[in-house]
Amino acid sequence: MRVSVDLDLCQGHGVCESEAPTVFQLGKNSTVTILDGSPDEQLRAEVETAVRFCPTSALRINEEE
Amino acid sequence: MSIAVDRREPPRVSGGAGENGHLEELRIDPIALLTRVRAECGDVGVFRLAGRDVVLLTGSGANEIFFRAPEEILDQAEAYPFMTPVFGEGVVFDAPPERRREMLHNQALRDKFMRGHAATIASEVERMVAGWADEGEIDLLDWFAELTIYTSSACLIGKRFREELDKRFAQLYHDLEQGTDAIAYVDPYAPIESFRRRDAARRGLVSLVEGIMERRAADPTPDDQDRDLLDVLMSITDEDGSPRFSADLITGMFISMMFAGHHTTSGTAAWTLIELLRHPQQLDAVDNELDELGAYGLEVSYQALREMPRLESAIKEALRLHPPLILLLRVAKEDLDVDGFTIRAGQMVGTSPSVSNRIAEDFPDADAFLPERYAPPREEDRSNPWTWIPFGAGRHRCVGAAFAMMQLKAIFSVLLPTWEFELAQPSDTYRNDHSKMVVQLQQPCVVRYRRKPDPVPHGSDTRR
Repeated sequence: MRVSVDLDLCQGHGVCESEAPTVFQLGKNSTVTILDGSPDEQLRAEVETAVRFCPTSALRINEEE
Repeated sequence: MSIAVDRREPPRVSGGAGENGHLEELRIDPIALLTRVRAECGDVGVFRLAGRDVVLLTGSGANEIFFRAPEEILDQAEAYPFMTPVFGEGVVFDAPPERRREMLHNQALRDKFMRGHAATIASEVERMVAGWADEGEIDLLDWFAELTIYTSSACLIGKRFREELDKRFAQLYHDLEQGTDAIAYVDPYAPIESFRRRDAARRGLVSLVEGIMERRAADPTPDDQDRDLLDVLMSITDEDGSPRFSADLITGMFISMMFAGHHTTSGTAAWTLIELLRHPQQLDAVDNELDELGAYGLEVSYQALREMPRLESAIKEALRLHPPLILLLRVAKEDLDVDGFTIRAGQMVGTSPSVSNRIAEDFPDADAFLPERYAPPREEDRSNPWTWIPFGAGRHRCVGAAFAMMQLKAIFSVLLPTWEFELAQPSDTYRNDHSKMVVQLQQPCVVRYRRKPDPVPHGSDTRR
C-alpha cells in the first residue's frame, strides 16, 4: 500500500502520528510529514485507523497492483 | 468596454427592494431566504445585504471553489463585522490557515490532549447532574450553554480557571452571543438593546477576569503542572517589566477561544437530544450501543468514544439538519469565475450549511432524521465532502470538529445510561431562533428528566 496526504486539507491534528508514529510525523511541523510512503503490511491496521480517524480526511491509502 | 459585456453576472433573487436589501428577511427568516436563492438562481445567486452583494454558492462544485480558495482570493477576516465588538478591538476573528495550523499545533486541540479532555468533560457533566433530583425539568438552552462554558474553559484554558467560573459567566456569555444581530452589517454599534446588552456583558466578563487576575497576583504561583493559560499570559511581560496583556485583551482572547466551540456544541447537544426523543427507536439503538460498549458505570475512555457509530450518526444527523452556523461568509479580493459567472472583487461570497446539507440529490429524504445514512456503504458525510458541511470544509474547516464530536459523545455517554428524558412541550415547538447571526434554541425548550430505575451491571442485556 502507498500512503498520501492532501496538504491543502491537513490541519496538523496529529491523530495519524498517535496511531502510526513510524509512518506519520508531526514533530514541530504544522502539517504532517510522511516518513514511510510504502509502509509494511504489518502496519496496515494502524495506518488504516490513522486514515479513518483523520479529522480532515486528508489521508489516502492507494493499493499497489 | 467589451470586457464588461463578456462577463456574466450571476442571477439575483427576488425581493429585497428596500434600502438595506434582504437584511430584514435575513433577520427574520434567513433559511427561507437562502433556500429561495438556490431555488430561483441555482448554484450561484445574489442577495443584497445592506448595500453589498452577497453571492451565495450552493451545491458541490460551487462549494468546492469556495472552500478551496486561498485567503488572497476569498478573505474571511472582513466578513464578520458583528464579531469585532464581541471579541474587542485587537483580537482577530480568524487567522490564515498557516497561522491556524501553528496555533493548533501548540494548543489544546491536538490529538494527544484529547484523552485528558474526554475525562474532564465527563466529570463536568457529572458535576452538573449532581444537583439534579430524581426527576425534574431543564431548559435545554440554559443547561447545555452552562455545561459547555465549563467544559470549554476547563479544556481550552485550564481547570484552575474553570474553577473560578459559575453561572454568572455563562449568563454574560449568553448576552454576548445574543449581540450578533445582522444589523451589524449596517452599524456594529447601532443603538439597539441587544448591542447595549452585548457591550455590558463584555464589560462584565472583563471585570470577572480582572477579579480572578487580582486574586492570582496576590497568591503565589502554583506548581508548574497546575498552571493554566491565564497564569502563562499573566507571566509575560514587556521589556520594562510591566504585564504585556491587559485584562481586557486576555478576556477578548478567552472569549474568542471559547466562541467557536460554545453555542455550536451547546446547540448540537440540545438538538441531538431533541431528535433522539422524537425518534425513540433511534434512542433505543443508541442506548443499546452504550450498554454494549460498557460506557455504563465505567470511566469514559477515549477509545470507547471513538467507536460509537450509532451515537455518532445521530449527532451527525442533528448537525446536518440543524447546523449551528447557517451562513459562512468571505469577501472576494479579486474577480473570480464560478460556473461561468463572474464574482467581482469587493462582493461578499457565502455558502450555507443549512441549504447544502439538505440538497436532495446528495441526501435522499433530506428533511428526515435518518442516522443510518452515515453507515457504510452510504457514508453520506464522507461521500459528499463539499455539501455535508456542518463544520465547513477544506482550508477553513472547523479545527475543533474532532474535539466537538468527542465532547458530544462524552456528554451523552454520561447522561443517557443514568437518565431518561422526555419532551415537555409539543415536538414542533422546539425550534431555532434565527433573529441573530449566532443561532440558538428558542426558549422555552424544556425537557423532563428522570433517574433510570436500577443501575444494570456492565455487560447485562436485560435492561430493555
